[in-house]
Amino acid sequence: MNTRQLAKIAKRIGFWALIVLIMVYAVFPFYYAVVTSLKPSSDLFRVELWPSNWNFDNYISIFSQTSFLRAIFNSILVAFSVVFIALLLGITASYALGRVRFRGRSTVLLVILGVSMFPQVAVLSGLFEVIRALNLYNNPAGLILSYTIFTLPFTVWVLTTFMKQLPMELEEAAIMDGATPWITITKVFLPLMWPAMATTGLLAFIAAWNEFLFALTFTLTDAQRTVPVAIALLSGGSAYELPWGPIMAASVVVTVPLVVLVIIFQRRIVSGLTAGAVKG
Amino acid sequence: MASVTLNKVNKVFGRDHIINDVDLHIGDGEFVVFVGPSGCGKSTLLRLIAGLESISDGDLCIDETVVNDLPPRERGVGMVFQSYALYPHMTVYDNMAFGLKLAKTAKETVHERVMTTAKILQLEELLHRKPKALSGGQRQRVAMGRAMAREPRILLFDEPLSNLDASLRVQMRNEIARLHNRLGSTMIYVTHDQVEAMTLADKIVVLNGGHVEQVGSPHELYQRPATKFVAGFIGSPTMNFMPAELLAGDANGCRVRAAGVGELALPQNAQQLRSGEALTLGIRPEHLCLAAPTDDNCFDIVNVEYLGNEVYVYLEPKQGDTLLIHRSEAPSQWQEGQQVSLAADWEKVHLFDESGAALTLSTQQAAA
Repeated sequence: MNTRQLAKIAKRIGFWALIVLIMVYAVFPFYYAVVTSLKPSSDLFRVELWPSNWNFDNYISIFSQTSFLRAIFNSILVAFSVVFIALLLGITASYALGRVRFRGRSTVLLVILGVSMFPQVAVLSGLFEVIRALNLYNNPAGLILSYTIFTLPFTVWVLTTFMKQLPMELEEAAIMDGATPWITITKVFLPLMWPAMATTGLLAFIAAWNEFLFALTFTLTDAQRTVPVAIALLSGGSAYELPWGPIMAASVVVTVPLVVLVIIFQRRIVSGLTAGAVKG
Repeated sequence: MASVTLNKVNKVFGRDHIINDVDLHIGDGEFVVFVGPSGCGKSTLLRLIAGLESISDGDLCIDETVVNDLPPRERGVGMVFQSYALYPHMTVYDNMAFGLKLAKTAKETVHERVMTTAKILQLEELLHRKPKALSGGQRQRVAMGRAMAREPRILLFDEPLSNLDASLRVQMRNEIARLHNRLGSTMIYVTHDQVEAMTLADKIVVLNGGHVEQVGSPHELYQRPATKFVAGFIGSPTMNFMPAELLAGDANGCRVRAAGVGELALPQNAQQLRSGEALTLGIRPEHLCLAAPTDDNCFDIVNVEYLGNEVYVYLEPKQGDTLLIHRSEAPSQWQEGQQVSLAADWEKVHLFDESGAALTLSTQQAAA
C-alpha cells in the first residue's frame, strides 16, 4: 500500500468523521428529547442514551388532554392557511414583479424586503392594535393574518427570482396560443415552479408552525391556542414541578410532521423541472 | 392563408427608433424572409406582426383588416420560437393541443387536428414523450407542430434553425421548404443566415438599421442589388468593392477610373452625376478575371484557398489594403506569391454612388 492510497483512506475517514460530528450536533438534542419522552417521570434525571424500559405514559397523558388536541388542530389550520395564502399571493405578486414592466417595480421589491427586516417585537404592539381593530383578537384568523405578513416578503422574493429565470419565450408561446395571464400562471408557470413553491411553502409552514410570540400575545383561551403556546403552558402536578416528560412528548409529536414534510418535498426541492424547456 | 400589409410601421423603445417607416406587402401564400445583420430590427418586425410588441405608429393589416390593437390569438398567427419554448411539463400531444383547448375547440376536433399535424411532421411516434426526451430536430418539429395545429393564417418563424448543428440545419431547411409547398400558407421567416434566406424565400426583405433596404426575389437581390449594403450582405464570399472616380457619363453609359485597374467603360446610366464624383465599383468574386500582370495593373496573390469544388484567390492591391477575392472552379493555375493583373466581366459589375445607391443600367442596356 503506497502513501497515495493511505492519504485517500485518511481523507475518507476524516470526511465521514466530520459528517458524524455534524449529525450528532444537529440530531442529538432531538434524539434526547425522544428518549426523555419515553421515560416515566421517576427516571427523568437518570442519564441514559437508550431508554431501559419503554413507557408511553407521557404520550397518553398529552393526548388525553382536549386542550392539546385542540391546539394541534389550531396549528394545522393556521399553518396550512398561511401557506396557501402566502403562495397564492406570492405567485400572483411574483408574476407582476418578475414579468410585467412597470414604473417603480424595484421600489416595490425593496419595500417588500424592508418590511421583512423589522423584528417581530418591534411591530408587536402595533399589530396588536390592528388585530383588535379588525376584531380578530383570540381568533386563529388573527394569527393567520400576522404570520402571512411575515412570510410574504420572503415568499415573494424567492418566487420573483424564480419567475425571472423562466424563459421569456415560454410566456410568449403561451400568449401566441391564446392564454390569458391567469392561464399562463396556472397552466404553464405553476407546474414549473413546484421546486420554488415547495421550498417557500415549507419554510412558511415551519415559521407558522413554530411561532410563539404572536401566538402567545394574540390568543387568550385554551381553545384558540396553537401548539408552541400550549406546550409552554403545560403544567405539572404542582407549581413546583415542571412536567418534562409530557413537554418532551408534545415536542416530539409536533416535530414529526415537519420532518415528514421535509422528507416528502426534498426531491421536489432539488429537482430542476425546466429541463427540456429550451435548447439543451 | 392571408396577406399582410405594413403601412409606414414604426416602433420606438424609449429613445431608440427600432423600426423606421416600414412599408411592405406580403402576398397570400408567399414565403417571405426577413434578413439583416443583428440589431437591424428583423425580429422586432416579426414580433410586431405576431402581436407580441405594440406598434408605435402606422398600420398593420392582415387581409385588409387593421389588426394593430388585436391580441395575438385573434390575429390568426402561429409562431415558432428560436429556443422552441415547448412547455416542458406537457407531452408532445399536449403541447400541440394546448392552444386548441384554450380556444374551447371540441375534443374530437382537437384530437383530429393534432393527429393530422403530427402526421405531416412525422411526430406520431413521439406524441407521448416529454420535450426533454426529444432530440433538437424533433423539438424543432414539435415547435412547428404547435404553431400549425391551430391552423393559423400566417406562420411566423424566428430564427428557428439557429440552435441546430450544421447538417441538421440543412435537413430542417429542406423540410420547411417542403412544408411550405405542401401547406401553401403564408410564412414569414427571420434569419441572419443568407443561405437560409436565399434557399427558402419567394421574396427577401433586407433590413438595415430599422428600415427596408430592398425587397425582391433572391435572383433580383443577387443580380441587381439596389444598394451597396445589399450587395455586400447577399452573396458569399462577399462582393469586392473598389473606389472609383467618374470621368464622364450620360444616359447611355459612363467611363470611370478605378484604382489599380485603370479606365473602364461601363453600361451604367450616369446622367444624374457630375464628372469627378467618387463612386464605388462592385464586382462579384466569380466575375473577376486574372491575367499576367502589366505595369499599371498589378496585384499580389496573398492567399489561395482550395475548397474542393472551387478556389478562392485573395488579392492585395499595390495601393490600399482591402483584399479582393477571386472565385473560380477548381483546380486553379494561380499560386500564392504570384503577381496578376485584374479584369472583369464588365457587363456584370455594379456601380454605387456616394450615398450607397446603385446606378441603374443605361437605357440601351435595360432594353437589351
